[in-house]
Amino acid sequence: MKCTIKAFGITKDILGGREVNFEMDGNKVGDLRNALHGRFPEIKSLNSLFIAVNNNYADDSHLLNETDEIALIPPVSGG
Amino acid sequence: MIKITEKAIDVQKVIDTASSLGAGAVNVFIGTVRNTAHQKNVVWLEYEAYEAMAVAEIRKVIDEAAAKWGLLGWAVSHRIGTLKPGEVAVVVAVSAPHRKESFDACQYIIDNVKAKAPIWKKEVFEDGEEWVDARPMATAHDN
Repeated sequence: MKCTIKAFGITKDILGGREVNFEMDGNKVGDLRNALHGRFPEIKSLNSLFIAVNNNYADDSHLLNETDEIALIPPVSGG
Repeated sequence: MIKITEKAIDVQKVIDTASSLGAGAVNVFIGTVRNTAHQKNVVWLEYEAYEAMAVAEIRKVIDEAAAKWGLLGWAVSHRIGTLKPGEVAVVVAVSAPHRKESFDACQYIIDNVKAKAPIWKKEVFEDGEEWVDARPMATAHDN
């Protein structure tokens, strides 16, 4: 499926932009995670990577739609 | 009030927003920018947020705290953009009938905001920069 991914923090640097169009096999969050690992191996060096769908943390079994707002959440460090 | 802002935080306004006439305690946490990290001088910090989700996550944390400790008022303001050492990065204020609830709720909110809200900071040193906590430390005691 095709999707647009918002990238923040260090993932913005790794993907090369705040919004990136991405095409992948499958339609689950876990499929996206695997596809990202393949195309951007540097992501594997992060302490963690959560994926948010429509402003909520989503687990790898979550099904994606092309209209979803998808965001990469590397380790947070607010405060 | 939950605010993500590029402007300097008005601490008194956050406190006033959280205050309540029924409260016997107002508790405030002010998070500030430290001038060192990893034994190096911090020149400035760059904060960024996924704003809509950050507000939603902070709201969940506040709702949990308000229910658990019977808060009478609350406010959270988090700064984004470029901050220099000494500047205020985050303010949490809560009011409650008694001091213990106010301390516990304030600590719960700041701890969980730091753990859950999609907000990031990059430390900029004289000789480089680094997204905080993004990767395992290269060495335990680097210079």
